[in-house]
Amino acid sequence: MIDRHPWLDALAHAVLIAGVLLVAFPVYVAVIASTHGPNDFMSGLVPLLPGSDTIANYRSMLTDGLSSSGAPPLGGMLWNSLVMALCVAFGKIAISILSAYAIVYFRFPFRAVAFWMIFVTLMLPVEVRIVPTFKVVADLGLLDSYAGLTVPLIASATATFLFRQFFLTVPEELMEAARIDGAGPLKFFRDILLPLSRTNIAALFVILFIYGWNQYLWPMMVTTKSSHYTIVMGIKRMSDVADALPQWNVVMTTVVLALLPPVIVVVGMQRLFVKGLIETEK
Amino acid sequence: MSAIEITGVSKVYAGGVRAVSDVSLSIAEGEFIVLVGPSGCGKSTLLRMLAGLETITSGTVSIGSRVVNEIDPAARNIAMVFQNYALYPHMSVYDNLAYGLRNRGVPKADIDARVAEAARMLEIEPYLTRKPKQLSGGQRQRVAMGRAIVRKPDAFLFDEPLSNLDAKLRVSMRGEIRQLQRRLGVTSVYVTHDQLEAMTLADRIVVLNGGRIEQVGRPLDVYHNPASTFVASFIGSPAMNLAEAEVMGGSVAIGGQVVANGISGVKDGKLIVGLRAEDIQPAAPGTGVPFAVRYIEELGALRLVHGSVEGRHLTMALSPDLPLADEMKVAVAADRLHFFEDDSGRRMTR
Repeated sequence: MIDRHPWLDALAHAVLIAGVLLVAFPVYVAVIASTHGPNDFMSGLVPLLPGSDTIANYRSMLTDGLSSSGAPPLGGMLWNSLVMALCVAFGKIAISILSAYAIVYFRFPFRAVAFWMIFVTLMLPVEVRIVPTFKVVADLGLLDSYAGLTVPLIASATATFLFRQFFLTVPEELMEAARIDGAGPLKFFRDILLPLSRTNIAALFVILFIYGWNQYLWPMMVTTKSSHYTIVMGIKRMSDVADALPQWNVVMTTVVLALLPPVIVVVGMQRLFVKGLIETEK
Repeated sequence: MSAIEITGVSKVYAGGVRAVSDVSLSIAEGEFIVLVGPSGCGKSTLLRMLAGLETITSGTVSIGSRVVNEIDPAARNIAMVFQNYALYPHMSVYDNLAYGLRNRGVPKADIDARVAEAARMLEIEPYLTRKPKQLSGGQRQRVAMGRAIVRKPDAFLFDEPLSNLDAKLRVSMRGEIRQLQRRLGVTSVYVTHDQLEAMTLADRIVVLNGGRIEQVGRPLDVYHNPASTFVASFIGSPAMNLAEAEVMGGSVAIGGQVVANGISGVKDGKLIVGLRAEDIQPAAPGTGVPFAVRYIEELGALRLVHGSVEGRHLTMALSPDLPLADEMKVAVAADRLHFFEDDSGRRMTR
């Protein structure tokens, strides 16, 4: 047991509160900024109290967008981001759970090589291989398409590795019992392994959804038409205007809207997420 | 229910490790066979070859009249109970029992009936809707047994099913397994490293050592006529006393000290003599062999006295009401001695 001292408790709480403030303050500023009119930022002072233009800001961003910065209405961009995040998350989970299943449960030639090749790609994230990947995607005619946005991001060594580690903790007898019970490889995967991985899948989904949602560099490379812009790109485009001041109020409105889906996913899946990270249900 | 025929079966792993060497064994229909031996003796490997979970390097295994070497585990119609139970953690007890039947396309009404019957037999009816992790070890063990029973298999294979239970539960489950097997009359092969389990459960014991069969026999035959020093030291608790000895003209001497006379049918020379702890007893006054007591284990009904005769460690089992001394005189039941060859450890025929 760790001894409890009042001053240690106080120190711990002080550190925690400082941490929360550090994270929460910028979010607060963004939310406040999204409630002000365009001229409230001219003074160079950041307002810290709510303004009166909330409804106007959100309505204009959701319906018209910001034509002066070449940003389409947010609805479309939010939709693109959602499609991209969901495709990346589900695609990554599907591919990695299947490859982990193959690597753990099947004996095939060069199994170790296959595993290490997957493992090595951990060192090659999209940013490193971006030029050749772009070339391939362009040659395949996938620019400005959802396939181009998502497919190159789907292969995932991290998720494969996580599922592999999880499968290794599943007792081998379970597979043998299933074999004796007449379950073939696919049936074992569907009836036993998949339900057992439920919480792991949920935890990974949360992480990967946010990963997909936050993609910035890759969507910027492969999309040239505003119909395929994602929300994170949109924020950048709006804040990056030439010969004018960025309209911080609408930029922050966009930021707040872009924050919402990941927050919903995290809050909604919180229980499964925590379970998946800590629980060993075997 | 089927007989099992194992003929010249060997298992050599990819790395060249020989786990099972040329094992042959006929198991009669409805017989309860216990494979016993120390870790690494090949008993589990042999069982897993019967189950189809390990490939057979050479030899044949037949269940019923069918050679099953190349047949998938599911198609061998055997059921296996695992040491860690291997229950499907996300399924209810009912689903655990029903899973194998569903995979075989058994009609739903039939599944219901079979599960209900097995649950009644094993007294797990109140738990059918629970998940395995809500059950105690003993209950999980019953569910694992139930999963085997509902299948109505040709043979039960048990892989150390009781080793995860506490000592008390182990004894009661042991009794239940025996009764259940009698009642169902299903041919059973049971693997354990616990000689007591082997003695109490088996119709016939198969003692394995280093991948080979040392001895096959009914429990008491194995106990009273061990085929080798290995079997002698493995079966029975406390283990049989084994000491290097010399036979000369019908007298047996341990370390020069004559312990028994009037032995017939044993050639003169060096050998290994074996004697059960209960066959050494205090001698009548004025006779006997000096026995230096080292330490004592009280078992309640018995008292194990560990000591030495001429520096050779021996254990005797005494009734607790007999007097003790640091230096005792003991006598050995000459007609109960076992003789083993000095070099091979095989039993000598008398």
